[in-house]
Amino acid sequence: MPLRRCASPLHAARAAVGCALCAALALPALLFDSPLVLGAVIGGALATGAAAGAGRPLRRALLLALPFALVVALLNPLITHDGLTVIARLGTLPVLGRIDVTLEALAYGAVLGLRALALILCCALYAAVVDPDEVLRSFRRISFRSALTATLATRMIPVLQRDGRRMADAQRCRAGAAPSRTALVRAVAAGALDRAVDVAAALEVRGYGSARRPPRTRAPFSRHDRAFAAAALALLAATVTARATGTAAFDAYPALHGDWAGGAWALAVALVLVPLAPFLDRRGIEPRAAALASGWGRR
Amino acid sequence: MSVLALERLTYAYPDALAPALDDVTLHVEEGELVVLAGRSGSGKSTLLRLASGLVPHVHGGSVRGSAVVGGLDVRDHGPGELAAVAGSLFQDPETQIVMGTVRNELAFPLENRGESPAAIARGVEEAALALGIAHLLERPTHALSGGELQRVALAAALVGRPRLVLLDEPTSQLDPVAGDELIGLLRRLNEEWGTTILLAEHRLERCLTAADRVIAMADGRIACDADPAGFLAWAHDHAPALETPGARLLAGAGLGPPPVGVKQARAVLRACGALPPEAAGTAAGSGPPEHRPSPASSCLSVVTRHQDRTPRRPAALALRVRGVWHEPRHSLPILRGVDLAIPAGERVALMGRNGAGKSTLLRHVAGLASPTRGKITAGGRVALLLQNPNDYLVHERVADEASLDALEAVGLAHLTDRHPRDLSGGERQRLALAVVLGGEDVEPPALLCLDEPTRGMDRAHKADLAVLLGRLAATGTALLVATHDPEFAAAVAERVVLLADGAPIADGSAAEVLAGGWYFATETARVLRGAGGALDPDAGAALVRAQLVARAADAHAASAGPRAARGASPTAPPDPRPTEVRRR
Repeated sequence: MPLRRCASPLHAARAAVGCALCAALALPALLFDSPLVLGAVIGGALATGAAAGAGRPLRRALLLALPFALVVALLNPLITHDGLTVIARLGTLPVLGRIDVTLEALAYGAVLGLRALALILCCALYAAVVDPDEVLRSFRRISFRSALTATLATRMIPVLQRDGRRMADAQRCRAGAAPSRTALVRAVAAGALDRAVDVAAALEVRGYGSARRPPRTRAPFSRHDRAFAAAALALLAATVTARATGTAAFDAYPALHGDWAGGAWALAVALVLVPLAPFLDRRGIEPRAAALASGWGRR
Repeated sequence: MSVLALERLTYAYPDALAPALDDVTLHVEEGELVVLAGRSGSGKSTLLRLASGLVPHVHGGSVRGSAVVGGLDVRDHGPGELAAVAGSLFQDPETQIVMGTVRNELAFPLENRGESPAAIARGVEEAALALGIAHLLERPTHALSGGELQRVALAAALVGRPRLVLLDEPTSQLDPVAGDELIGLLRRLNEEWGTTILLAEHRLERCLTAADRVIAMADGRIACDADPAGFLAWAHDHAPALETPGARLLAGAGLGPPPVGVKQARAVLRACGALPPEAAGTAAGSGPPEHRPSPASSCLSVVTRHQDRTPRRPAALALRVRGVWHEPRHSLPILRGVDLAIPAGERVALMGRNGAGKSTLLRHVAGLASPTRGKITAGGRVALLLQNPNDYLVHERVADEASLDALEAVGLAHLTDRHPRDLSGGERQRLALAVVLGGEDVEPPALLCLDEPTRGMDRAHKADLAVLLGRLAATGTALLVATHDPEFAAAVAERVVLLADGAPIADGSAAEVLAGGWYFATETARVLRGAGGALDPDAGAALVRAQLVARAADAHAASAGPRAARGASPTAPPDPRPTEVRRR
């Protein structure tokens, strides 16, 4: 999913701030088991993406991630035997042993699925709204190679997506039987390695190998930078406070127990609304039609 | 002082049986524009990769001898350090772009050198202006066309003002217009900036006029190092596959010296009165073809000979395309009401600029995409060979990719135990062809579509492919070949459809369309200005010979008249050659 350049306050903010917002949004998904919080992170990521004009790629990421989340959710009750409320006895299976599906394992599976979905959407939001070139520029003074690796990893995704689509087309054009999945996976891996070698060669001949420490550049913080940084800090503060006070706690085992009190709801609402607040200030942002006319935001 | 100096250099890739460069001694001087010629696998790319430091630092292998680029010893300095003196541009622009926007792509090499923000901004602006891409600076790189990407990659190679620019077949993925523009741009950079250029290229007719010097390589060695005229004279005797169509045309007509470009060829023909009058009404799509290619031994004329032997085609249609539109939701239409009918066994070339809709049309025909409007009907199975043969090759052995009879049909039956990725580019292309054609157990295709099948191929491999396709067409399979290469189109097709902005703008016999064009024309047609619809050098040479004979006969008749009046006996017709034109 390549960066989708749009005229939005989030795109106007510096990359470091965009990274901070995505990280602040992802943090509760790592710290909390509460379905309410996880759902709020998903809602917050989707709403932020939509407000930044990247709703479509995020919806696509959601659709792609759903089957994965579903597998995670369904796998947990099969391999976890914890929980008090047995809702189905599936007998004994060769490798897994006796399978008693519990309500708690099923619920925790759903939590894991939601968490995967939330983290994938936060990554998709990062890929859609944060300029990887600017990330590289911002972090190269700290660790050039790590910054470049992270940036290229983001850039390789669309390249490999295109390669995959081309390969799938080529396989549809085969006259005989379709090759096995193993053969395809091997070929895709070989193709990705070829790509990586090509990109490495391109980097080398652009002088990457002898990269010198770039001079320090200081750009003043814009109001969008300040607004989104404040939003990220507010999210961080709310997350840490809620975690420290035990708000929105959720335990699946041995029996389902969750905090659904006002504090948990307040945190959920904050996770959706706080990242959206900076979008209210659209001063200096071209209207969408004008941006499209100037080529900005075009696919 | 030499920008590139190789002394008795021998290099072998890891685990290679033979060296890729063998005892090469070469000096490229400041400000030269040098063209590297040679067949695939002759060592051109390795030489360029050595000069950029990728060999041996990235690819490994063993080096003997000395290689100095801009005063830096290649063995001691890696590609990162050499990038300050040598900029590189390779065949596939997609793999050379590493940043998200054009501005960032151009800034990247300067940032790597630790330049100040002001110097970076100025360098980016100047490189963008020099290459005419200033309007692209804010565009995301993933939204650029192939031609734009190649320009951006070239700008990124030049932005640091390197003394030497290394280019490995930079025009192979470009249409004739963009290819000519790129070569013109290189010449301008060479003349105005004094940049030394080392350019490997298969389509020599495109770049010889811009070159100061040509180095021909064979089996890792330098086989010829001369000026363009000297190279063509050498190629005529030692490497006919490297001769340009213009040189073959004049050689076939018994004229010389070999011309470096269309202008010189015309000058030679004009000097001896053999330039046929310009064809009237040869503009694309108008007038009947007069040309029937003559039998010849030249490589790319094999199929044109074959077409004369092709039996009359049955009336059945292999493909009918009716009013097909392809309108993506968020961009302009790519196909705009395309109508096309291809009878069984017909060979059709699809030409047009990058982005004209050729590949999209082929995808629709093969069922990989659905038209938003219109209808496509095929007379049987449609096979499609996409641009990159590697996309088809997923097994560990050639024999696992296709059946033995399919491999036999493409001449690869002797390579069944090889790994597909160990094959040469031409062999991989043929293997991919076997994969899409299938064996005897599969219904033979009514139509075979090929998307840019000659990308990066040398002339000999193109000739082999043309022969193979001719053989297929003789069995009744119709061909639809999207190509940027007019010489290949002339060799393989009897009909040419020219697309522009998603709609056919010319549809006629190859002689009509390719003889009357400016960019989409073979070199022979451009030399002869479309006369007689001659497309290949042999047909052109026959035309020139006929012109010479007619002129000699006229001269003879003119001189015989007064002699007869004086009672003198007629003698042999006078030689029409002017003194400065040498006859072979």
